[in-house]
Amino acid sequence: MDQFAVKVFVRLRPSVLDPAGEATKSASIKLGAEGIKSLRIGKMIEVKIEGNGENEVRGKIDLLCDRLFANTVIEDYEYSLEKL
Amino acid sequence: MDIFTVGVVVFPGSNCDRDVSWALEGCLDIRTKYLWHESSDLSDVDAIVLPGGFSYGDYLRCGAIARFSPLINALDEFVKSGKRVLGICNGFQILTESGFLPGALVANKNLNFICDDVELDIVSSKGGWFNNVDEKQTIKLPIAHGEGRYHCDSDTLKNLLDNELIALRYKNNPNGSSFDIAGITNEKGNVLGLMPHPERACDETIGGTDGLFTLKSLILK
Repeated sequence: MDQFAVKVFVRLRPSVLDPAGEATKSASIKLGAEGIKSLRIGKMIEVKIEGNGENEVRGKIDLLCDRLFANTVIEDYEYSLEKL
Repeated sequence: MDIFTVGVVVFPGSNCDRDVSWALEGCLDIRTKYLWHESSDLSDVDAIVLPGGFSYGDYLRCGAIARFSPLINALDEFVKSGKRVLGICNGFQILTESGFLPGALVANKNLNFICDDVELDIVSSKGGWFNNVDEKQTIKLPIAHGEGRYHCDSDTLKNLLDNELIALRYKNNPNGSSFDIAGITNEKGNVLGLMPHPERACDETIGGTDGLFTLKSLILK
């Protein structure tokens, strides 16, 4: 069995308003940061997972992302995978 | 003859389950039974309410974890059989997460948790959830949510409009919901999800009775 470290990034789709991102952008500007054109908040999920090779693990992660980690009505996801 | 019984689902973090049960039993004399989320036996209930609250602490997304409970897995057959399911607030979020209703509920536009009474237009009579003897077209119900902004894509909105699935619209949109949507039904009309709380408007002494006919309609065939 191989073990993999996976980082999943879940983001609100561009068409979905992100009020938390807007509020953070506003605070960033108040802090004095200049030049911020856009700020959106997402989630990062770290998973350590075992499987027989990368393809099998990718299958498991695809299922998790599609059914649980992200709600594809409002969110997109992508992930990176590293063999340990 | 069996007595009509409404199952009120209890998740870890539900907090309107007792309000729903009180309103049904105390105001409408409708028998209720609490259903623990681990149960998948729905054979002795005739309708189901998914109450408000914060199931599983709203972890990940509101309603996302509740979707995987044994009870929600068993709900598919229940809905297909034509029995009625009412999702209130967090219950509405669970119904969208689990695909019984389209769209999603996301953070309010102004980021505030809004606790207020709101005026609502009854848009569709599908399922008879809002039929009332006074033939009111506008009702007042309380809302209490941080993530109640209904969101869907334009194709879904068109489908909702074409099939008269929009049940309630806010008169003064408090949270930024698409098309002012406060509640929708499925195509058959036996599943209703709404952000306002009808169970909190069942007695004049606590501010109104406009929630009564929605709860009462649970017993409609």
